[in-house]
Amino acid sequence: MVEHRPFLTFLTHLVMLIGILLIAFPIWITFVAASHEAVRMTQVPLPLLPGDQFWHNMKAMLLGSGLKGTEVTPVWWMMFNSLVMALSISLGKIAISIISAFAIVYFKFPFRMGFFWLIFITLMLPVEVRILPTFEVVANLGLLNSYAGLSLPLIASATATFMFRQVFLTIPDEMLESARIDGAGPMRFFWDILLPLSRTNIAALFVILFIYGWNQYLWPLLITTDADMTTIVVSLKQMLTAAEATPEWNIIMMTALLAMLPPILVVIFMQKLFVKGLTETDK
Amino acid sequence: MAGLTLKNLYKSYGKTEVLHGIDGVIEDGEFVVIVGPSGCGKSTLLRMIAGLEVVTSGEIFIGERMVNDLEPADRDIAMVFQNYALYPHMSVRQNMAYGLKIRGIPKDEINRRVEEAADILEIREYLDRKPRQLSGGQRQRVAMGRAIVREPEVFLFDEPLSNLDAKLRVQMRLEIRKLQQRLGVTSVYVTHDQVEAMTLGDRLMVLNAGHVEQFGTPIELYERPQTLFVAGFIGSPAMNFLPAEGQANGVLRLENGVEITGSRGAGEVILGMRPEDLMADEAGPIRIRASVLEQLGANTLVHGTLEGTDSEMVASLPGTQTVAEGQVVGFSIVAEKVHQFDSASGQRLG
Repeated sequence: MVEHRPFLTFLTHLVMLIGILLIAFPIWITFVAASHEAVRMTQVPLPLLPGDQFWHNMKAMLLGSGLKGTEVTPVWWMMFNSLVMALSISLGKIAISIISAFAIVYFKFPFRMGFFWLIFITLMLPVEVRILPTFEVVANLGLLNSYAGLSLPLIASATATFMFRQVFLTIPDEMLESARIDGAGPMRFFWDILLPLSRTNIAALFVILFIYGWNQYLWPLLITTDADMTTIVVSLKQMLTAAEATPEWNIIMMTALLAMLPPILVVIFMQKLFVKGLTETDK
Repeated sequence: MAGLTLKNLYKSYGKTEVLHGIDGVIEDGEFVVIVGPSGCGKSTLLRMIAGLEVVTSGEIFIGERMVNDLEPADRDIAMVFQNYALYPHMSVRQNMAYGLKIRGIPKDEINRRVEEAADILEIREYLDRKPRQLSGGQRQRVAMGRAIVREPEVFLFDEPLSNLDAKLRVQMRLEIRKLQQRLGVTSVYVTHDQVEAMTLGDRLMVLNAGHVEQFGTPIELYERPQTLFVAGFIGSPAMNFLPAEGQANGVLRLENGVEITGSRGAGEVILGMRPEDLMADEAGPIRIRASVLEQLGANTLVHGTLEGTDSEMVASLPGTQTVAEGQVVGFSIVAEKVHQFDSASGQRLG
């Protein structure tokens, strides 16, 4: 029986609408703020409708020199840094984890379970816990202010290894045996059969790891001191305290908007891939 | 094309021995079915032949080659699995071509073999579909196609029809039989279904708890089972077993005192009588008190107990017959059809 209680339906929708407003409103304000001139942003009350400076502000920000009194790298360059960092981290994590999971599931070697538990233990060591030793190692290797220094310490991932291990454990043994009889060696099996079957998991993981990498704040802050290696997330914070004058909100909001864009794009494009994968169940 | 020889095969997992000295010679082109109850070791034996399990001791020969130490891919075999083991992300054509591609066989040769196999199995129109778009029977045929294109010396089947519905199973087993006769490739087929075994095999190897109970043609196994186990395993409904005592004067005395001729010596024996060999006879010595009837249309199965005892018996009457519950029906049996087995060892006497 379908419940026919119009009041409850109305209430449910109301709650959902309030939820959406709560989430969307700050983004709307950001967008609005990005489209006004600086002066308007210092007036009270804050504008609720967009102005006409959107494209002007965007150009100013992207190509640099948006803020007065600071030496600021153009935003497009900082976005590029962020992109390189996020891509290296996500692709690196995926590559390393999938190979580790492959080794742990399909090969018997001494201390196999020992290695497995070692990887498990690293779950207890996020970046924040090991920040001092990691910084020292990276500094001694001369990797400060470099893309390698930004990405390498964040590349090993226990969660991704577990996830791939679970995926591989669900692949029936007969498929491996059939491949063995067909003459496929281990790497061939990995490339021809395991990878295609893990496609949706890789896509889902890529989205999560890309956003993780893009949003990194603590580690890039420590590692990069050169202005031209800053990532956009770090620079946003710096902009707030940069000028001697009051912060120029319109520019800052525009930068924030630009900073949000790539992760959204990644989610949109990858979503098709993994929804498609989820709906195609195979035997 | 080659024969298969198994010499004194033993298999242990750690301390547990699961196969105890399996011997057998399979002729070139023969279709041998390994049959037995769950857990008897038949799949383990098949996997040892395939190279997926290590041989603890003993030797396996494919043709003249001893293959114990060879990888599965080098043994020139092809295997059809119970759950097909098709690669889900590849099309049917790619599934069939995969093994050939790895071996570096030229493309046109691959295409030729794939299309030929597809014609034999009537899966031509599915060549570009993915496995998830096929039914169970179609997938099974693709799995067989994958085995055929390899043109191996030995086909191995691991209970391939177990996942199909009953009607499809009957249809597919005939197709497998015809296919094997057409291709003439030595085949080893594992199943737990004795009807499947009887219809498919040139010869049957009956395994029980890691031992070979008997290795012979279906008719041999049916008419002259060598052990109690084989006698009870082959034939449906199963053979009736009655304890009896052999008397000095050539007579067998049943539990209820009834005597029939045919003793082969003194001592405790177990008599085996197939339900279909018991013939209704008012004056017959075997008297069954009926309890339940199974009307099958072509015949009627009378379930009951031997009069005066608790021993359960089944007899088969032709056509549709009615027997009242509790009614005693008399049967007689030809002496040659009474199988005798030693009580202690289960071995056939005579």
